[in-house]
Amino acid sequence: MSRHVSSTRRWTVTIAAWLVGILMFFPILWTVLTSFKTEAEAVASPPSFLFFNWTLENYAEVQSRSDYVQHFLNSVTISLGSTAIGLLIAIPAAWAMAFQPTKRTKDLLMWMLSTKMMPPVGVLVPIYLMFRDAGLLDTRLGLTIILTLIDLPIIIWMLYTYFKEIPGEILEAARMDGATLWSEIAYVLTPMAVPGIASTLLLNVILAWNEAFWTLNLTAAKAAPLTAFIASYSSPEGLFYAKLSAASTMAIAPILILGWFSQKQLVRGLTFGAVK
Amino acid sequence: MGSIVLRQVGKAFGELAVIPSIDLEIADGEFVVFVGPSGCGKSTLLRLIAGLEDATSGHILINGQDATDLPPAKRGLSMVFQSYALYPHMSVRANIAFPLKMAGLPKHEIDAKVATAAATLNLTDYLDRKPKQLSGGQRQRVAIGRAIVRQPSAFLFDEPLSNLDAALRVQMRLEISELHQQLGTTMIYVTHDQVEAMTMADKIVVLNRGNIEQVGSPLELYRHPDNLFVAGFIGSPKMNFITGPEAARLGAHTIGVRPEHLRVTTDGGLWSGTVGVAEHLGSDTFLHIQTDTVGTLTVRTSGEVSLNHGDHIGLTPDAAAIHRYDQKGKAIR
Repeated sequence: MSRHVSSTRRWTVTIAAWLVGILMFFPILWTVLTSFKTEAEAVASPPSFLFFNWTLENYAEVQSRSDYVQHFLNSVTISLGSTAIGLLIAIPAAWAMAFQPTKRTKDLLMWMLSTKMMPPVGVLVPIYLMFRDAGLLDTRLGLTIILTLIDLPIIIWMLYTYFKEIPGEILEAARMDGATLWSEIAYVLTPMAVPGIASTLLLNVILAWNEAFWTLNLTAAKAAPLTAFIASYSSPEGLFYAKLSAASTMAIAPILILGWFSQKQLVRGLTFGAVK
Repeated sequence: MGSIVLRQVGKAFGELAVIPSIDLEIADGEFVVFVGPSGCGKSTLLRLIAGLEDATSGHILINGQDATDLPPAKRGLSMVFQSYALYPHMSVRANIAFPLKMAGLPKHEIDAKVATAAATLNLTDYLDRKPKQLSGGQRQRVAIGRAIVRQPSAFLFDEPLSNLDAALRVQMRLEISELHQQLGTTMIYVTHDQVEAMTMADKIVVLNRGNIEQVGSPLELYRHPDNLFVAGFIGSPKMNFITGPEAARLGAHTIGVRPEHLRVTTDGGLWSGTVGVAEHLGSDTFLHIQTDTVGTLTVRTSGEVSLNHGDHIGLTPDAAAIHRYDQKGKAIR
C-alpha cells in the first residue's frame, strides 16, 4: 500500500524543492546574465535582472585579450589525461582490493582517504620545490601528474565500492565455466562494472576540470588551464565583473554541457547498488 | 567417467579447521547428497571439489587423476550456484554458450549445443531474454543449462533450490532427478533440507562440524542411523529420544522411536499422556503428546484420527523399531 500524501503537503514540498534548486543555481544564472551586461550595468544598483542592453562585447574582449582556445586545450589535456592515468592505476587496484582482500585492505583504503583530509596548502611548498627541481612547473605533464595523484584516492574508493557490489559467485561461475583470468575480466567483470567505471570517469573529469588550487599555483602561462583563465580576470578592485563573468561562462560551459548530457549516467553510477 | 575420491581432505581458515579430515568415494554416475545443518562444512567440501577453495591437506582425485592443485576450469566439473550466478549482461543464449565459447568451440557447434540444452530445459522461447526478465525457476534452468552444455564429468549443485518457493522447489527437484536419469552423470548436491536429500539421493553423506557422520542410501540412514545425530537429522518429524529408566530398561543410555512407530490407543498402552497440539495435515496427523513418564513425544498417525487438545491417550512403541544408543550416542546393534 502506498503512503497517502496530502496535496497541501505535496505542494509545499514541491515549492520548497524548487526554491532550494533555484537558490543553488542562482549564482550560475547570475554569472551568465552578468556576462551579457556592460561593466557599468554589471555593478549598477539596484541590479537589473533581464531588462538591460544585452551585449556580446565582453566575450569579444575576453577572446581578444587572452587565448581561450589554448586554455581550453590545456584543461582538456590535463583533465582527460589525469582521468585516463588514474583509471589505469585504479581499476587493477580496486579490483584486487575488492576481490582479493587481505587483512590490511581496509587500513590501506582508510589511509588513502586520509590523504584527502589534509589541506593541500600544507604540502604546497614541498611539492612546488619538487616540481621546480624536476622542471615540471607550468607544464601540462606536471599538472596531469598532480591531478592524477590528488584524485586517485577518490577514483579507487568509487571503483572499489562498485566492484564490491558485483557478486563473487558470478566470477566463480566464470572460473568454473573455463574462463581464464583475462576472459573473466574482459567478458564478465568489465561489462558488469561499466556503469561504475563510466560515472567514475565523468566525475573525475569534472573534478579535474574544476580543480583550482594546484592549477593556479603550479602554472604561469604555458600550461594554464581555464581556472587560470578565469582568475586572470579577477582583480582586487573588482572592476571587471562583466568580463570575469564572460570568462567564467566560457570556462564552465564545456563541463556543464558534458554534465548535462551525461547526467543519467552520472546519477545511475552514483546510486549504483544503493538499492538492491 | 565421473568418479571422485577424497583422501584425508582437510580445510582450515587460519586457525579454524572447518573440515579436519575427510575420506569419501563417489562412484561414476552416482547422485550424492551432502546434507547437514548450516555451518557443517558441506558447501566448503563442495567448493574444495570444485577447486574454488584450496585444500589445506589431503588429495582430491577426479577420474583417478590427482586434481588437488588443478584450477576449477581444468577439473571438468560444472557447478550450479544457490544464487544462480547468471551473467546479468548476457542473454540466456549467451549465458548457456559461455562455457563453450571459453572452450573455443566453433560457432555452429555452439549454436547446436545451446539449442539442444534449451530444448531439454524448455528454454527455447526465452533464449533472447536477459536473466532479469526470467522467473526464479527459469533462471535456475538457465544455470543448469549452462552446466550441462559442456558435458562435464560431474555436476556440483550448491543448495540450488533454496531461493525458490515451495511448489517450484518440488517441481525442480523432480526435474533435476529426471535430468540425472537422462544424463547418467555423477551429481553432487548440497542441501540442508533432508527431504531433498531423501528424495533425490542414491547416497547421502551426513555432515556435522566438518566430519562425516554417516554415508549410506536414504533408507539405510533412515532405518539404521549410526548415531544420535543422524537419527535426529534424518526423518521428519524428528525421531523421539528418551533417556532415563525407560532407556536403561532396554540396556541403552538413549532410545529413539520414530513418530510413525508409535501406536495410539484410547486406553492402556506402555506410556500414557495428554494431547498437546494436534496438527492435521489431511493425509497425516502429527500429535504432540505430553506423556506422564517420558516427556513430550511426537506421533504420526493417519489423517482420519480425530484427537484434539486435552484428550487422554496411551502410546505403545513398535518394539522392532526402537533404536538404542550408548552414552556417546553410538548405535547399539
